[in-house]
Amino acid sequence: MMKEFFMQSFVLKKHVAKTCCLMALIMGCFLPPVHGEDGMKPVDKGGFAAMRSQQIKINHSRYEILKQDFTSGDEVTKACLSCHTTADEDFRKTIHWTWLTPGPDAETPMGKAGYSINNFCISTNNMNDKSCSACHAGWNGKEGEINCLVCHGQKEFNMTEAFDDLNYFKAESDDESRDMAQEIQGNIKKTVEDIGIPQRKNCGSCHFYGGGGNGVKHGDLDNSLATPSKDLDVHMAGDGGNFTCTRCHTTRMHEVAGRTYTSPASTTRKSLIDDDLMPKITCESCHSSSPHKILAKMNDHTDKVACQTCHIPAFAREKPTKVWWDWSKAGELKDGKKVKTEDYMTIKGEMRWETNVKPEYDWYNGALRTLTLKDTIDPSGIVQVSKPVGDSHDPHSRIFPFKVFRGKQPYDPKSNRFLAPLLSGNQGYWETLDWESALTLGMKDMNLPFSGTWDFVETTSVFPITHMVAPAANALSCKECHSPMGRLAGIGGVYIPGSSDNAWISRIGVFLAMCALLGSLGHGVLRFLVRKGKGI
Amino acid sequence: MKKIYLYSRYERFWHWLQMVFIFILIVTGLEVNGLYSLLGFKRAVTIHTFTGLAWLVSFFFFVFWVLTTGEWRQYVPTSKKMLQVIRFYSFGIFKGEAHPVPKRKDAKHNPLQRLSYLILAAAMLPVQMLTGFLYWRYNVWNAWKLDFLDLETVAGIHIALTFAIVCFVIIHMYMTSTGHTLTAHVKAMVTGWEDVEDDQEVFDWEKQ
Ligand code: HEM
Repeated sequence: MMKEFFMQSFVLKKHVAKTCCLMALIMGCFLPPVHGEDGMKPVDKGGFAAMRSQQIKINHSRYEILKQDFTSGDEVTKACLSCHTTADEDFRKTIHWTWLTPGPDAETPMGKAGYSINNFCISTNNMNDKSCSACHAGWNGKEGEINCLVCHGQKEFNMTEAFDDLNYFKAESDDESRDMAQEIQGNIKKTVEDIGIPQRKNCGSCHFYGGGGNGVKHGDLDNSLATPSKDLDVHMAGDGGNFTCTRCHTTRMHEVAGRTYTSPASTTRKSLIDDDLMPKITCESCHSSSPHKILAKMNDHTDKVACQTCHIPAFAREKPTKVWWDWSKAGELKDGKKVKTEDYMTIKGEMRWETNVKPEYDWYNGALRTLTLKDTIDPSGIVQVSKPVGDSHDPHSRIFPFKVFRGKQPYDPKSNRFLAPLLSGNQGYWETLDWESALTLGMKDMNLPFSGTWDFVETTSVFPITHMVAPAANALSCKECHSPMGRLAGIGGVYIPGSSDNAWISRIGVFLAMCALLGSLGHGVLRFLVRKGKGI
Repeated sequence: MKKIYLYSRYERFWHWLQMVFIFILIVTGLEVNGLYSLLGFKRAVTIHTFTGLAWLVSFFFFVFWVLTTGEWRQYVPTSKKMLQVIRFYSFGIFKGEAHPVPKRKDAKHNPLQRLSYLILAAAMLPVQMLTGFLYWRYNVWNAWKLDFLDLETVAGIHIALTFAIVCFVIIHMYMTSTGHTLTAHVKAMVTGWEDVEDDQEVFDWEKQ
């Protein structure tokens, strides 16, 4: 009896289980495929990295020409060029080498080697400020050969220092020096043989340190991106897409796409499905212009709001970035000595740093308007050394996040033009702490006049925030913008429900509704009082 | 008191369904507008959009019903007895006077109701639906050659009408209490049967 019952219930259970499975299967056929929280995942995890390592791999250690005893960087480059015959011609045409881009007229080229300025180290003084050239991709600034290894060397090894040491020890005759020389030669060889496409740390060796230190300049670029966590950058994280920089900054004949200067890095908003040879990979290339689930309201934002605006809730999320640099405070000594702390440096002035910074937002079509040393400024207010180009009516503009960098820098009150001091070297400000001579020398290098008087003016510059894309779960919630004092308060040119746009209508509306309510209540109370005892 | 059958089953169903829709739309809409936080912005938006669309679809059934049953005649405005009705609600009601336009099968609404329901159902609600629909399809305006529209204006009309509807709902709810008992009119909209005075002439077809 008991057994029978159990058997029955067992059969029943099996039956139910079968039916459930079948139903789930049928329902499954009708349900749309699940893509995680929201929207698509464009690349399978780690797939790209895996694919890359399977591409043709050239083992440079097998080439005889690389087995020499190199004594200088130029010799290494010549060896590279013996096979990569046009690499050097191509590279010398790119902005990575020239540091120039066409300016408003032929006499005013822009760029770091041109007349552009910023509010960090201000200007390279026509490339005479040697410390600025530390990042130039040559062995010796713009002179001599290019340095292929900065970008293509897979080993982190300071070759310039190594060659200096090598030549020093080689000149000595004792055994110990000979051993040292041999060891260094061995290391140089190993470095030269280990060649590949640029990795994050190659690009980072300059771009993480812009402005003179880790994370100083951009806010969305610092050495935490060499091996980022997925929380910091979903694309570059090893357990995310494991993208190298060139995954998006695609490269043709050594021209790396993605520079943001006088013209946009990318003027088209196309997906790779429309055009698989686009010069620059943008968010839309892989994610399309409606990346969220079908009918999700977020898809309706992509005509006005850049992906970065919601998906990079804050920049400098792990390491601090500099937000303020006041040159006017420079030059103070303590006990006759130069001070060097986080907030104050005698040679540079007052600094402020911030971590996990909320961006500021503006309309942006991808181009920046940067002032040059020839522009006249109005020193009565804050001067925008660089600002985004774009407005709400331009179909190519989007609301975009920026790091706004603030500071004070020297200008000539007689001509109302910015001044570019010479900073490094024996005669530079960092050595002499003498503004007059530093400014005179700096302006002479630029072939521009200097009246001999100077003052300081407050300035701002902007840096588009596009790296450090956070996991979808950390993207901005609607309320961040759709509330009266939201992140986009005052952006203009776009109606934002839930912000204070149209608030006057609501105010009148609430008033009228109150009137209706009080009127009805009043009528009711009156009815009740007057007709007391006579029904309602 | 005797009963007449005033509201058909579909009419009652539609009334209460529309009430639920409008209630949800007002609550979520005003949250989107930023008056308060209740469901969370994202959820309010989703619920609002889908309720709005559901209402839009079901409204077509109502239009069909109104046209095919001839009930639209109930909404044709008239100035006859309008002043008496206004006078009644301003003074007469306090003295216990009888309503100047008693309800009957072929005249469910008094002249004031006719006018306000007409404005509501033929103007305010459709415009609210239209602006809501446009608001929702904002990204397709270009493709639909509607790029002369401006979101701030469309949203402005949508918000203004929202408050007009809120005012209507408040007054409407209060007016339901003016029957011979506080809940008499509400009961009628639930059961379909409205109480009328004994001395009112009632034809057989009105009793159904
Ligand atoms: C009684 C009916 C309705 C009321 C009271 C109402 C109320 C509101 C209010 C107050 C807002 C906020 C507007 C702003 O601050 O800009 C809003 C937004 C909106 N309404 Fe309505 N609405 C109604 C019907 C509809 C209908 C039928 C639709 C059509 C689908 C619709 C679609 C929208 C859309 C798309 C928004 C923009 C925000 C969002 O995407 O949710 N509404 N509504």
